[in-house]
Amino acid sequence: MNSNVTTKHRKNAGLLSIIPGFGQFYNKQFVKGIIFLVLTVAFFSSFSQTLNWGFWGLITLGEIPKLDHSIFLLIDGIIALLVAIIGLGIYAFNIYDAYHNGKKRDEGFLLNSVREQYHNLLDNGFPYLMISPGFLLLIFVVIFPIIFVILLSFTNYDLYHSPPAKLVDWVGIQNYIDIFKLDLWRSTFFGVLGWTIVWTFGATTLQVVIGVFLAVVINQKDLKGKAFFRTILILPWAVPAFVSILIFSGMFNESFGVINTQILSMLGIDAIPWMTEELWTRFALILIQSWLGFPFIFAMTTGVLQSIPNELYEAANVDGASIFQKFRGITLPMVLYATAPILITQYTFNFNNFNVIFLFNGGGPALPGQNAGGSDILISWIYQLTMTSGQYGKAAAITMLLSLIVITVALWQFKRTNSFKEEDMM
Amino acid sequence: MTNKTEKIIRLSVSYLILLVAVVIVVYPLLWVLGSSFNPGQSLSGSTMFPENPTLKHYKSLFDIENSNYVLWYLNSMKISLITMVFAVLSVAFTGYAFSRYRFIGRKNGLLTFLVLQMIPNFAALIAIFVLAQRTGLLDTHVGLILIYVGGQIPMNTWLMKGYLDTIPKELDESARMDGAGHLRIFWQIIMPLSKPILAVVALFSFIAPFGDFILARIMLRSEEKFTMGVGLYELVSKQFGNEFTTFAAGSVLIAIPITILFLSFQKYFISGLTAGGTKG
Repeated sequence: MNSNVTTKHRKNAGLLSIIPGFGQFYNKQFVKGIIFLVLTVAFFSSFSQTLNWGFWGLITLGEIPKLDHSIFLLIDGIIALLVAIIGLGIYAFNIYDAYHNGKKRDEGFLLNSVREQYHNLLDNGFPYLMISPGFLLLIFVVIFPIIFVILLSFTNYDLYHSPPAKLVDWVGIQNYIDIFKLDLWRSTFFGVLGWTIVWTFGATTLQVVIGVFLAVVINQKDLKGKAFFRTILILPWAVPAFVSILIFSGMFNESFGVINTQILSMLGIDAIPWMTEELWTRFALILIQSWLGFPFIFAMTTGVLQSIPNELYEAANVDGASIFQKFRGITLPMVLYATAPILITQYTFNFNNFNVIFLFNGGGPALPGQNAGGSDILISWIYQLTMTSGQYGKAAAITMLLSLIVITVALWQFKRTNSFKEEDMM
Repeated sequence: MTNKTEKIIRLSVSYLILLVAVVIVVYPLLWVLGSSFNPGQSLSGSTMFPENPTLKHYKSLFDIENSNYVLWYLNSMKISLITMVFAVLSVAFTGYAFSRYRFIGRKNGLLTFLVLQMIPNFAALIAIFVLAQRTGLLDTHVGLILIYVGGQIPMNTWLMKGYLDTIPKELDESARMDGAGHLRIFWQIIMPLSKPILAVVALFSFIAPFGDFILARIMLRSEEKFTMGVGLYELVSKQFGNEFTTFAAGSVLIAIPITILFLSFQKYFISGLTAGGTKG
């Protein structure tokens, strides 16, 4: 075989396989060619109806009110879209296969026999076979909903455009424009976003500080009862969070809750309007989240502390370092280095921490001039827009904005942690 | 100041701090325990140490005629267990494929999983709601379980893959030399070696549906299908404060088993999280 290729099998095979199977026939792989051909025919005969109907629905979202249900048409449209993508994938593979085998012929190699092809298929197909159950499920419960939300954010789906009585229409980026242009939406959006950010940083940072601090205090060598303290302090993590939050919501009840009626009155402080004043609700929420979240950080830090070599501290002792110098110079850097990736997931977790906001005070108290409650963060506001005020299109647009923020932070984090740079990791 | 007095001061300050922390952690838990024994019904009268403690709230929870509590408990257990089984199975498959095979689409698949684990799957709650309505899965446990299993896959696949990467590949290769097939290597060689990570995945995928509130709240409509979280919330929000002691008893009954389960497995939790999270 020489390097100058004289035959043009790859081009011919690739071009011929524009009609699926013919490229394989050209390569004299008849069984494979027939399989591709049969697949194509089967695909069109069974899905042409789905595709036609789906794409018509996707583009028009229905034409006759009461008869066409826009949202169902949208769902069918997405199914058609997915089917089309899978079909195109198979088609692309058909062309690639014909081209690839043509190239092999050009270079003078022998092609695999049917038997070898079968074994190849088993070997190369096995990983696909293994991931397909999980992946299929993922397509339907995660990817499908995401596509749906993306599309929904470009429609005017709300209570006034609610199928089957009315049709839903494509409105382009009108929802996004409204959120940033209309006064009510703009002030609410930025108000909620602002509190979401304060909440994320305030609550998470506080729980990290408390967790690290307590872990360091307990880790002192001459302190007794370590196991006891560690077990007790991990309790808030062990008790299901929704239970604790509901308990707190009872304790903070303004007129009957134990905080106002007993603890504060014992200290001679007047009852505090925990549930009706925005600022106090927010303050209580941050305290509660610190209670709920610190044990996780505490447990992590304890693990790291036990792995710090003792020699480091001994060397510091020789140099006459104080407790605080040792903490700042040795403990803190080690802990932060080891737990940094997890700390960042804590921030993203709290950014979307629906449970604590909703279960404590339902996102309230209600505020004048806003359509979100005083302690609503983005995710609980979306919930409220969807479940109580029926503003589906707007809620979808806000979901998109929220996802944008989360994904940006996530990608930034993973770029920093280098997990992609290692060849073996991926 | 001598070393000794310094030590005494340092230790007493430490104990004082820990004492305060312990009180703050334990107080709400003891308070709810006390409330559950209060004779009254409402939030206002409940105290931590009731004068005439009673078990009547616990009894009323188990009164099947008037209370759905037992049903909620069984629902939660059923949903969490089934989710656990299916999540472990599919995560074992996907994790193994990603760790051991090099195939087209592998890198993109991993990247997709990584991004997906960042977005909580309830962010698309509108879609889940409408989709469930369209497919008739609204107010069914099947629909809820499917969502839970799907939600568990991305993150746990990464954990699983991270662990499998540490099992030497020479093991599979020598087995292959001996003529073992793909499935045989997977079931008889790799799976027995991955028991620790399977335990972690099982725990995560049991605890997550158990502690979930929002998805169950969106999906489940009728009271007899509720899970624990939704049921307790309804109990407490329907007439706030008026059923508080019953709610307290319900909370105690759910919190105690979960807490025990959790405390006995906590070291796996931590090792699982650090193994998957801090690598790289």
